[in-house]
Amino acid sequence: MPDSSRLPAALPPRLYPLGETAVVLEFGAVISEATNATIQAVAKYLLAHPFEGLVELVPAFTTLTVFYDPWQVCTAGGGSPFEAVAAHLRNQLAQLPAIGASRETGPAVEIPVCYGGEFGPDLAMVARHCGLSEADVVARHAGAEYQVHFIGFAPGFPYLGGLPTELATPRRASPRPQVPAGAVGIAGAQTGIYSLPTPGGWQLIGRTPERLFRPEAANPSLLRAGQQLRFMPITAEQFRHWPAAR
Amino acid sequence: MSLHIGRPGLLTTIQDAGRPGYRQAGVSVGGPVDPRALRVANALVGNAPGTAALEITLLGPTIRFSTDHLLALTGADLSATLNGQPLPLNRAVAVRAGTELSFGRPKAGCRAYLAVAGGLAVPTVLGSRGTYLAAGIGGLAGRALRADDVLPVAAPGAVRQRQLLLARSPQLPRVAASWFADPALTPRPEVAPLLRAVPGPEYGQFTAASQRAFWAEEFRVTPASNRMGSRLAGPALLRSAYAPELLSAAVTFGTVQVPPGGQPIVLLADHQTTGGYPRLALVAATDWSRLAQVPPGGVLRFQEISLPEAQQLYMEQEQQLRQLERAVALRPM
Repeated sequence: MPDSSRLPAALPPRLYPLGETAVVLEFGAVISEATNATIQAVAKYLLAHPFEGLVELVPAFTTLTVFYDPWQVCTAGGGSPFEAVAAHLRNQLAQLPAIGASRETGPAVEIPVCYGGEFGPDLAMVARHCGLSEADVVARHAGAEYQVHFIGFAPGFPYLGGLPTELATPRRASPRPQVPAGAVGIAGAQTGIYSLPTPGGWQLIGRTPERLFRPEAANPSLLRAGQQLRFMPITAEQFRHWPAAR
Repeated sequence: MSLHIGRPGLLTTIQDAGRPGYRQAGVSVGGPVDPRALRVANALVGNAPGTAALEITLLGPTIRFSTDHLLALTGADLSATLNGQPLPLNRAVAVRAGTELSFGRPKAGCRAYLAVAGGLAVPTVLGSRGTYLAAGIGGLAGRALRADDVLPVAAPGAVRQRQLLLARSPQLPRVAASWFADPALTPRPEVAPLLRAVPGPEYGQFTAASQRAFWAEEFRVTPASNRMGSRLAGPALLRSAYAPELLSAAVTFGTVQVPPGGQPIVLLADHQTTGGYPRLALVAATDWSRLAQVPPGGVLRFQEISLPEAQQLYMEQEQQLRQLERAVALRPM
C-alpha cells in the first residue's frame, strides 16, 4: 500500500553540490523507514523521467545523490551545469507529493544463514554480552524484519536497518585480517553481511552461502535499496549443499 | 596481436573509462587515476575515448610487441625506452614487431598510460575492461599484471593500419608521428602542485583554524596511498566540538574526507561509493591529473575556487580533449 502521507514531511529536500558532477538531495538527518521510502520514490521518479545528462543515482541513509555529465547538461540559459541540474530537480521534486512513496510490496528477501560454530565464531561472545542464550540471539536475529537502506562500502554490501536493540554489541577490539564473503555480523546497533572477503571488525554470528556480489549478473548486487530482508537459519549441512547461485 | 609482459612493474593494471552506472550496487567507477592522461593516450593512437590501456605506476614493466603497433605513452615520465632509445611522451609512435619497451627511474610524476591502437582486448565485466582490484574483477583476472602475462590487442581501424605501414621504414625501431597533444593537456608533472578545490558539504563544520590550515599548509602523500585514495599527512584538520554525527552518503573522485584523526584522504578512482567521514573539499576534476601524479613522499597544496569556476574549467578541458580527439581522427601520419 503506497504510503504517501509521510512524503511531504521530507520534501522538499535540501539540495547541494558534490563537485562538478553530482547534486545531493538530503531528506532530513534521521534514519527511518519513511525517509528510505521517500528516497526510493524520488529515485524511481527521476529514473522514469531522466534529464539529458543524468548518469546515475546513489541512495544512502538520508540522501539521494544524482550524478550527471556536465557536458551533456544543456546550459542554454548561460548558467552553470550545476544551476541547470538543480533548477531541473527542484522542478521535478515539486511534482512529487502527488506521486506517493513506492515501498517494495513483494515478500521480504530471505537470506539463509548458518549461525554459530565455525560459521559464527563470535556468537557466544554476542550472547554473553547481551545476556541471552546463543539460541535466543539466533531466534531474535532471524525473527526480525530488516530494511535494505542502501548498498555501499563494498560491492553488494547492504546497510541494514532493523536490528533488535537487545542484540547491539560493540565491534571487536582488533579487526580480523580476513573475513570471508557471506559473513553475517553485528557492529554496535547495525547488522550486515560481508559481500567480499575483507578485513573486518564486526562480531561474526553466522554466514550465508548466498553470493551478495555477482559481477557476472546484470544486477551485480543480490540486494538493492528499499527491499525488506529476513534471515533464515539453515544447518551446516544445508550450507554446504546450497546451490551456487540463484 | 599481443603484448608480452616481462617484468610486471610495481603496479601495472589495465584501465578504461571504468564502470559508471553501478554505484548503487556499491561498485566503484574505477578507471584511470589520471583520466586526462589516458584520454590523451587513446586520442593520439586514434582509439575511442575509454579504450582499454595500461596504467603504469612508478616502476614500469618490460613489454615486447608481437607485431607492429602504434602506441602512445602519456602521464608520468618513468624513463621509457624502446630497445634502449628514449621514447618520447605524448606522441604517437609506430614500433616494429619484436621491439621491447622498458622503463627506468621515475623522473616526474607517478602514473603513466600506454595506449596501443586497437586497444587491449580483455573481456568486459560489468561493461568495462578495467581492473577493479578490491573486487578482483576486470582487466586480466581482476589483478595487476604479472611476469609472462600476454595481453591481447584488438585490430586497429583501417586508417591506423595504413599508418603502421610506415613502421616498416629503416628508421626503426620507432617512428614518431607528426602530431602531438596540445601541451596544455600534457603538462609535465609538477613537484609540489597546487590543487584547485571547492569547499565540500561539511566544510563549514571545521574549525576556522583547520579551514585556514587546509588552504595554507603543505600536505605530504603517504605510502599508505593506493588507487582508492591518497592518504595525506599534514596539520590536523578538526571539526568543531558541536559538529553533528554524520551518516554515510555518496562520495566521489576528488573528495577530501577527514577521519577523526584529522589527516585527510583524497579519494581516487577506486574509492568506495559511500563514506561517513566529513567531506571537507572536492578537488576540481581538471586537477585530478595533478593529484594522480604526486608519488608517495611528494607534497601538494590546495587552492580554493568556486563551483562555477570549477565547472568552467571542466567545460574548457572537455572542449580541448574533444578537439584533440577530432583532430587526430582527421590527421595522416
